Amino acid sequence: MTEFRAPRHLLSIDDLGANGIREAMSLAEAFAEVERRVIPKVPALRGKVVATLFFEDSTRTRLSFESAAKRLSCDVLTFNAGTSSLKKGESLRDTVEVIEAMGADAVVIRHSCSGTPVQVSRWVSRARVINGGDGSHEHPTQALADCLTVRQVIAERQGVEPDSLGVECFNGLRVLIVGDIAHSRVARSQVLAYTTLGARVTLCAPGTLLPGNVESWPVGVAGDLDAAIKETDVVSLLRLQRERGSGTYVPSLREYTQGWGLTARRASLLKKETIITHPGPMVRGVEIASDVADMEQSVVKRQVTNGVAVRMAVLFLLLATSDARGGIQRG
Amino acid sequence: MAERERSHTRPLGGVFIPRAQVLSAADLQRALTRMSHEVAERNGGIEEVVLVGLQTGGVPIAKRMAAVLTEIEGAEPPVGTLDVAFYRDDIGLRPVLPEATTDISMDLTGAIVVLVDDVLFTGRTVRAALNALGDYGRAKAIQLAVVVDRGHRELPIRPDFVGKNLPTNREEMVDVSDDGVMIGTVEGR
Repeated sequence: MTEFRAPRHLLSIDDLGANGIREAMSLAEAFAEVERRVIPKVPALRGKVVATLFFEDSTRTRLSFESAAKRLSCDVLTFNAGTSSLKKGESLRDTVEVIEAMGADAVVIRHSCSGTPVQVSRWVSRARVINGGDGSHEHPTQALADCLTVRQVIAERQGVEPDSLGVECFNGLRVLIVGDIAHSRVARSQVLAYTTLGARVTLCAPGTLLPGNVESWPVGVAGDLDAAIKETDVVSLLRLQRERGSGTYVPSLREYTQGWGLTARRASLLKKETIITHPGPMVRGVEIASDVADMEQSVVKRQVTNGVAVRMAVLFLLLATSDARGGIQRG
Repeated sequence: MAERERSHTRPLGGVFIPRAQVLSAADLQRALTRMSHEVAERNGGIEEVVLVGLQTGGVPIAKRMAAVLTEIEGAEPPVGTLDVAFYRDDIGLRPVLPEATTDISMDLTGAIVVLVDDVLFTGRTVRAALNALGDYGRAKAIQLAVVVDRGHRELPIRPDFVGKNLPTNREEMVDVSDDGVMIGTVEGR
């Protein structure tokens, strides 16, 4: 029997640590089974209220958090920045306090400003705060979905149940992250998640799109994508974040694609076991060629499906313990 | 499963100290054989019968009953497993994560489901299981088979097939394994 104490908030992958990632993935596999049922809904979190506060555009993260909450029988409050009292001059702090006063047990927040979820977590008194992506800081649930997807593929190849692999299958796994790393919150969460689990992470990007302090990250940096891509087990592509000004860091989209996109020519250099991931939204023809995105090695659609299971796991971990005296028990 | 969770998890965890053997391994096999015959008798064969073992204690019992049914009826009944962690009524008070897999690969609509568990105690695990089974389709009927009924029900639930009725007090613990059934106490609670 093991006991795991869930964090109060999920602001960063660091809040979970290796143990927490293992628990979240194990729970996510149990919820993936729920999703395959005739009626894919369980009463686990009946009566809990989950509010989604999205100050930035989103399709999959918002929908998957809301569908995850509904499959756990939570009530969902949807906040839309564009039509809210923010327009009348209400501050973020007051908005959050209003939502908490309405009984929200968890607040999922996305904001273009890095650090917003941390700030919000200092204002709430009882609600749990979940980071749904903040600026170019972190996007922890996406990194969890990526890990879950990669583990499922490894398990299928070995013909075993994914959960039986634990997190040991990440030990020594070679992960190559390609693209706009400087502006990508997914990259930061991926680096934390993969390295925490013992994987060897390499970054590859134009010099202008590498983070300024990359030497202090626990990763390698590859200059030549063609060489790096031949020697990796997982390649994670990232979108060029033009809404954060990435366009000005590269001479042109065409040059970016030539140098750092997964073109058909480059995809032919991959080992056939290499798993291609992309957190979405994909821009076909820029960071990934359209045919490559639909290749069998590409697990983009599975990442989306797994996103719901992972978010169910995170909501369950944080909310099922909210009134408990001790931690969560297994066994 | 109810029995195991109550006894092996903190803050109620502890070490099981056996006091007496209630059923020997051979007695247990006889009880399972009789219960299997009763299942076949009650349902006029096992054509529509699906056995569902509750994780974790009920699963080996369900498999052993399936083996007996295969022998006496000449056909193998489907066996599923069910973990009711997400249906418990004490989530939030004493959360227990699923410890094992749920695997019910068939649509249960129209089936006669025989829920199998090792020990029937308060009835709360069975209540959770009934809710869970509803999500797999509308079964024609759900029946309950347990190796030991130890009383102390907190809900209006009764078993259809019982290996042994065993009067206990609440503090005692009943352990069912391949070696038979033991009654004892848990030290260090």
